[in-house]
Amino acid sequence: MYFGGVKAVEALDLMVRNGMVMSIIGPNGAGKTSVFNCLTGLTRPTKGRIRFSEQDITSLAAHEIANRGISRTFQNIRLFRETSVLENVMVAQHAKIRSGLAGAIIRGKSFRDEERGVREKAFEYLGFVGLTDYAQGMAGSLPYGAQRRLEIARALATDPLLILLDEPTAGMNPQETGEVMQLISRLKELGKTILLIEHDMKVVMEISDWIAVLNHGVKIAEGRPADIRGNALVIEAYLGKEQ
Amino acid sequence: MTRPLVMGLWVSFLILPFKGVEAAVVCWVIVAGLLSAWTFLSPYQKRLGAIRQTWEVLSQKTLRSARKQTSLIRGICILCILALPHVVPDYYLDVAILVGIYVILALGLNVVVGFTGLLNLGFVAFYAIGAYAYALLNTRCGLDFWAALPFAVGLSAAAGLLLSIPALRLRGDYLAIVTLGFGEITRLILNNWDSFTMGPNGISGIAAPRIFSLSIGGLSHFYYLVLLFAFATFFVTRRVHASKIGRAWVAIREDEIASSIMGINTTRYKLYALAFGAFWAGLAGAIFAAKMRFVSPESFTFMESVLILCMVILGGLGSLWGVILGVCILVLLPEMLREIQIYRMLALGAGLVLLMIFRPQGLIGGRGASLRN
Repeated sequence: MYFGGVKAVEALDLMVRNGMVMSIIGPNGAGKTSVFNCLTGLTRPTKGRIRFSEQDITSLAAHEIANRGISRTFQNIRLFRETSVLENVMVAQHAKIRSGLAGAIIRGKSFRDEERGVREKAFEYLGFVGLTDYAQGMAGSLPYGAQRRLEIARALATDPLLILLDEPTAGMNPQETGEVMQLISRLKELGKTILLIEHDMKVVMEISDWIAVLNHGVKIAEGRPADIRGNALVIEAYLGKEQ
Repeated sequence: MTRPLVMGLWVSFLILPFKGVEAAVVCWVIVAGLLSAWTFLSPYQKRLGAIRQTWEVLSQKTLRSARKQTSLIRGICILCILALPHVVPDYYLDVAILVGIYVILALGLNVVVGFTGLLNLGFVAFYAIGAYAYALLNTRCGLDFWAALPFAVGLSAAAGLLLSIPALRLRGDYLAIVTLGFGEITRLILNNWDSFTMGPNGISGIAAPRIFSLSIGGLSHFYYLVLLFAFATFFVTRRVHASKIGRAWVAIREDEIASSIMGINTTRYKLYALAFGAFWAGLAGAIFAAKMRFVSPESFTFMESVLILCMVILGGLGSLWGVILGVCILVLLPEMLREIQIYRMLALGAGLVLLMIFRPQGLIGGRGASLRN
């Protein structure tokens, strides 16, 4: 993955196993978010392939990838701010709705049943992240931590196999961070695979099954949390070389 | 303290070329006086706030009791609208028909600008295509209104799709420029293709619509026809808005990247929005041609696009009732202000500026959508 002459990520070989929580860590500018953008089809890798559930998804458009079962949250929250919290989660169920234009105009029984189902599902997802009380409020006016949780609910509402979380605890206090950690382990219990970018090492070490470390777009280490903790290369990347 | 005086000066400058020195001075005194009074009163504004609060509580109480009567009020409103042709003189009926045509247009544009957030400055092109389609099919091929209508709306919607090929690669300002160009190209073609569109002379002798053997030539008949179509537009756009299509449109307006991650084919839904909006413009165009019995490129200038856009923004982007309110104001106000001719555009412009400063979301702010982002 190159941006002009700048190498963002090079020759990255990552493998995410089903049902695991995997973290990507690395200093700022290591290329973590670029990896996410490639995986979700927002940018196309210059070289290399991305395979998901035995299928090549490298050249698919973002919405096609979403419909294959990859969803994500964003580092700089990207909610549909001027719509209600409930509607944010309803939009995410877009691909599952069958009725089209004619159904919407006629508003027959099947359409109404479907809409009711979408609504109920949306409340379920909001309940999952604890935002039911805010359902009718405007998404943009939620408190910061709640906005992050709404993004997770919205990602979950696309019914993905793999969820990419881009710094879900950024800017949170310890209590909110704890809540998000719980949320992630509950996502895992639901059978979702999770790929996580995170700077808070406590979070990373505690909930990850596997960690990959990037620096300057190159993977410098990979392994279980305990292995990474003591890895000399990783420590060097974060703290610099000992003189 | 100088602020009121300066603002008064502004107003008198605006007045000066129209009414002379005397009126300018009078205006300055009035405006400066009122504004200083307001600044002087500001220490008492807390009390004013209390008064406002009681007022709100009171009005809410009345609202609650009124809710029981809403169906009654709604019934009366519907009766009034239905009875209108039998009560008011022809002139007002004419204005009402104009309101109806603009309601269809503005609701169509609202889908593009209000819901989907695509700034379209050439919307009048689709209106023109609908009008000319009916005019040409009627005068050249002898098709009557109902037979030509599907072609007219179909052609407009197809033109919407055609426009979306270059337009959907662009965003924001660039999209606005392309749509502006499209509107101008359409008008220039109509103006210059003499052999086909009769050029600036326009096409006359267009037949009025007929229902069986009944010709809808009379104003009151036409009024009901427009009312029916305006209602259909409102009904359909509202239902589509409350479906997955409408939700996708709004999501694209709010954040295109996030919508694509939610599995929405953003290109396809933007295309839908443009074609859907164009469809209604085509309908309005055909009705317009049938009403006027005459079309010429003069009716489809850039100013017309701007006017429709103003209606959508004035009432409140994305809010259907707001759009209707915007149409009513922008059609009725100039009609009522006919006596002060030269001032009405000035007043309208000033009003719009003030509105954008104090209520950027429009009179009935639809879910806070604005063109700011």
